[in-house]
Amino acid sequence: MKVLIPGPLRSYTKEREVEASGATLAAVLADLDHRYPGLRFRMIDEQDKMRPHIRFFVNGEQAVDMTRPLRPGDALYIVQALSGG
Amino acid sequence: MARSTDKPAARTIRARTTRARTIQARTTRAPAARARRAARSRPARGALVLVATRKGAWLYHGDAARRNWRADGPHFLGHIISHLVLDPRDGRTLLAAAKTGHLGPTVFRSTDLGRSWKEAARPPAFAKASDGETGRAVDHTFWLTPGHASEPGTWYAGTSPHGLFRSEDGGVTWQPVAGLNDDPQYRTWMGGPQDGTPDGPKLHSIVVDPRDPAHLYLGMSSGGVHESVDGGRSWAPIVQGLEVVDGFDPANISFHDPHCVRLCPSDPDRLYQQNHCGIYRLDRPSQTWTRIGRSMPKRVGDIGFPMVVHPRDADTVWVFPMDGTDVWPRTSPQGVPGIYVTRNGGKRWQRLDSGLPEGQAWWTVKRQAMTADAQDPVGLYFGTTSGELWTSRDEGARWACIARHLPEIYAVEMAEPDR
Repeated sequence: MKVLIPGPLRSYTKEREVEASGATLAAVLADLDHRYPGLRFRMIDEQDKMRPHIRFFVNGEQAVDMTRPLRPGDALYIVQALSGG
Repeated sequence: MARSTDKPAARTIRARTTRARTIQARTTRAPAARARRAARSRPARGALVLVATRKGAWLYHGDAARRNWRADGPHFLGHIISHLVLDPRDGRTLLAAAKTGHLGPTVFRSTDLGRSWKEAARPPAFAKASDGETGRAVDHTFWLTPGHASEPGTWYAGTSPHGLFRSEDGGVTWQPVAGLNDDPQYRTWMGGPQDGTPDGPKLHSIVVDPRDPAHLYLGMSSGGVHESVDGGRSWAPIVQGLEVVDGFDPANISFHDPHCVRLCPSDPDRLYQQNHCGIYRLDRPSQTWTRIGRSMPKRVGDIGFPMVVHPRDADTVWVFPMDGTDVWPRTSPQGVPGIYVTRNGGKRWQRLDSGLPEGQAWWTVKRQAMTADAQDPVGLYFGTTSGELWTSRDEGARWACIARHLPEIYAVEMAEPDR
C-alpha cells in the first residue's frame, strides 16, 4: 500500500511516498522498519504506544489502534501532529 | 530510608574502597607538581569542544594555543541534542543523544569525528512490560558516559524518565541495566514524571572509577546519589550529610536532588557534588558528604547546576552559581555571572569573572555545559542557556566568548581527538 511519510522522517526514506505491506497498522509499521531501520521507534515507543505527537490516518480516517486492519489498496498517511506552536 | 540489604553492601563498599585507596595511593596519586610537569611536556594539540544544543550540535576546533576556533555545524539541525561525547579510548567515535519535539529518542554515532553519522540499531529503551503492567518509555537520553579504559566499546546512558542503559558495542545496541531499572525499591525512589525537573526526571552523572570498571556512581534528579561495586547489578544510596528542601525528610531518598556529581581523576576517592541544596565533597571510604558551599558569599549562595574538577589537583574545583531563591529563577545571581573556584577542597572560594558581562546577563549554565581540558594551565569551557560559548585559557582568570547566537546550550564537552 501507499504510505505518505512526513518531512521529519524523510531522512529515513528519502522519499515522500513509499510502499509497505501488512494486514494491520502494526504489521505495516513493522514492514516499514524492516525497509527503513529505526523509523518505527521514532513513532512508536517500546511499549508499542504511539508517541504523543504522531498520528496515523487510513484513507483519511484517524487510526488510534495498532490492530486497525488494513487492505492492500489503502492509503496510510503518517502525520506529525500540529503541536508546538 | 535504608534498604534491607544496605549493611552488607556498605561493608563491601568499604572493603573495596579501602583496597582501592591503597592501590591508588601506590600507583596513581602522582604529586600535582609532577602531573603538571608531565602536562607541560606533552606537545600542545588542537582542542575540540563538543557543543550540544536544543536545536542541534556543533564541533568547535581550536588551534594549539586555544585562541582561534572554527565552527563545524550544525549537525542534526532541529534535533534536541542532550549530550555529545567523544570516546577517549579511540579518539574518534562520537555519540550524540538526540530527539526532536515530535519524534522519539535515538542515539547517533560517528566513527570519523562527525564527518558521517549512523543511527544506533537499538537505542536505549525499557523492556516491554508484561500484560497488565504499566511500562515505561524513554522520552530522551540525557547523559552519555564512556565505559572503563579496559572495556573498549562499553558505554553507559542515563535517560528521562530515570533509566540506566549499557552498550558493549560502541553504542550500536543498548541494554537496560535491570539491577537499577527494575529494582522495586529503586522504582519507588525514582518516583513518577512529576518527581523530576520541570523538563522531566534525569538520570545523570554516571561515573566509572578509573581503577575498577565495576565501581560506578550515578545521580538522579531527583532520587539521590548511588553507588554500585558490582558493575550495576546492585546499588546503594550515598546521601548521608546531604540536605533537602525545607520541610522534606532527608531520610527519604526520593527527596534528594543531586545536580552534578564529579570524581577527581587525580584522587578517585574524592567526589564533589553540586546539589539542589548546596555544594558538597565526599572523601571515601566515608559515606557522609560535607557541605563545602557554606563558605560561598551569602548574596551568591551555593546553588547551581555544573561542577568541574581539576584534572591533576583534587583540591581544585569550579562551580557556576545560579539564583535558587523564591521561585528559582535559575539565572545568574543578580544578572551578574561569575565562576567560583576553590583551591583547597572547599575551605575558601574565589570569584572569577574577568571578561564576563558586568550586568544584565540573565543566563545560566546547565549541568553538563561546563568542562575542562587537561592542558597546563587548564582550559575551561562553558555554554549558556542564551547560546554563548565561553572559554578561559588560564583556569578561569580571564574569559572570552568564542560563539554567540547558538541555540540554548545543553552540554559542552572537551575532547582530545586522535588526529
